[in-house]
Amino acid sequence: MINSYGFRKLKNRLFFVLCAVCVVIAVVPLASILFEVAIRGAPQLSITFLTANASKGGIGHAIQGTLIIVGLTSIIGIPIGILSGVYLSEFGNNRYTQSLRTINNMLTQFPSIIVGITAYALIFNILGSSKWAFSTLTGAVALSFIMIPIITRTTEESLKLVPNTLREASLALGAHKWRTTLSVVLPTTKTGLITGILLAVARVAGETAPLIMTIQGSRYFFRGLNGRIAALPLEIWTNSLQPYPEAQAQGWGAALILIIIVLTLNIAVRLASRRE
Amino acid sequence: MTTLAQENITTKPSQVFQEIDSNAKMQAINVDAWFGQKQILKSVSLSVKPHTVTAIIGPSGCGKSTFLRCFNRMHELVPNAKMVGQILLDGKNIYDRRIDPVQIRRRVGMVFQKPNPFPTMSIYDNVAAGLKLTGVKTGKSLDEVVKRSLEQVTLWDEVKDDLKKPGTSISGGQQQRLCIARAIALQPEVILMDEPCSALDPIATAKIEKLVIELKQTYAVVIVTHNMQQASRVSDYTAFMYLGELIEFGETGQIFENPKNRLTEKYITGEFG
Ligand SMILES: Nc1ncnc2c1ncn2[C@@H]1O[C@H](COP(=O)(O)OP(=O)(O)OP(=O)(O)O)[C@@H](O)[C@H]1O
Ligand SMILES: [Mg+2]
Repeated sequence: MINSYGFRKLKNRLFFVLCAVCVVIAVVPLASILFEVAIRGAPQLSITFLTANASKGGIGHAIQGTLIIVGLTSIIGIPIGILSGVYLSEFGNNRYTQSLRTINNMLTQFPSIIVGITAYALIFNILGSSKWAFSTLTGAVALSFIMIPIITRTTEESLKLVPNTLREASLALGAHKWRTTLSVVLPTTKTGLITGILLAVARVAGETAPLIMTIQGSRYFFRGLNGRIAALPLEIWTNSLQPYPEAQAQGWGAALILIIIVLTLNIAVRLASRRE
Repeated sequence: MTTLAQENITTKPSQVFQEIDSNAKMQAINVDAWFGQKQILKSVSLSVKPHTVTAIIGPSGCGKSTFLRCFNRMHELVPNAKMVGQILLDGKNIYDRRIDPVQIRRRVGMVFQKPNPFPTMSIYDNVAAGLKLTGVKTGKSLDEVVKRSLEQVTLWDEVKDDLKKPGTSISGGQQQRLCIARAIALQPEVILMDEPCSALDPIATAKIEKLVIELKQTYAVVIVTHNMQQASRVSDYTAFMYLGELIEFGETGQIFENPKNRLTEKYITGEFG
């Protein structure tokens, strides 16, 4: 006969083991990717590799490209995203708001290759020539289509957490609604906003598909908003398709750098939200 | 409760016609209010005299807060809220179409049930918030206004070395006095208080009550309270509300010692509430 206490202890054990196994299954691929990338990428790292362009065997142009394109995307995406979130949370008290919110949530999950094609078609039709269609600008527009819905949503969600009593306190002092939003509501949720922005930046920094359709990659440093430009994800992609071992090795190096950038952003998110 | 409701129909004095009271600082005339389809206030009329404290008492849910929030046009900020009737400030209807509610809220300050200092602002900035957010100039320096306001609420000595600390870093009672200081820094004409002591301990409550009595030197004060001793201690006039109607309004002494209405008497003696 089974001792019931012993049996329950056994069940407890079993459950614990099962959970542990699942954790291992989830973590092993992730850890092995990190490990593999670090092992293969690290030997590539050198000053030249980080600063020179493709013709000298470096990925400096891709790092620069990623910084420029993510910066441009942020310039377009952050203000629009935050203002849209503010609108939905503070001013969107009408019957259109719910559908706007649904569409926005849908856009956060939108297939990014389609976003790329859309940006291409948009710029092509607005500027009326294919000269601008494959360009830095088009890439930034595409990435901001990805960034805006994310920031809109995180902004709205963090504004919703601000207690209404604070809005009322400000309005009761005779402050206008816009002033209340700007000086009372937004500062109260500053860390929420920063977290949303950093997450969105990390997300677009790693996007590849929309860039294939827009900036197309380049072997050189930045050549103007209407020119093609390199970016780390594209650099990894093109290098990995090459038959040459040196090119593949460069791809590993670029992958390591991209992972470091995205990880750093995520750690920054953790630090920012911990302060709250 | 049905018997009470019937009684209140038979004993309520009719208030069909309201004259304008030229002595009043503020006067509500036949105010009806709704949330959605639900009527909360039914033809409430009352006048608030300058340099007095008017208490509004009544059981929970009878519409005290709703009524108070009609006095500074905060009621209309709630989605689906509606209001009909007039509220006069110095004889002028604050619901006149040409009047900006923002201007009214600067003249009629409000203190809420739960202390609500701005958490991102220092103690100093909380007091200065009204002036900064509205761009009002008082002709005095900000430092002076902050000091004077904090002195008026007897908070200056307690916080004068911590003015840079967040407004939420002090005790609940201190926060509530800070919120009163924030309201009076704008030098309003009327101060509305919605159960300002309900979240406070007895010592903090005593301080606020003393303050309320001092405030009437300068302002007209309207205070909602659940606490009948508090109403009798601080107020000059008392209004008793029940199910959205004003049942009785008069001098506090009369209301508490010699209520004319049976409902008022029952409420004051604690028979229901
Ligand atoms: N935002 C709102 N939306 C819908 N109904 C509301 C809202 N606020 C209050 N009510 C309703 O209006 C009625 C009056 O509420 P009010 O807050 O004015 O009562 P009160 O007398 O202040 O009560 P208490 O003493 O509990 O504070 C209540 O029945 C309440 O349910
Ligand atoms: Mg109330």
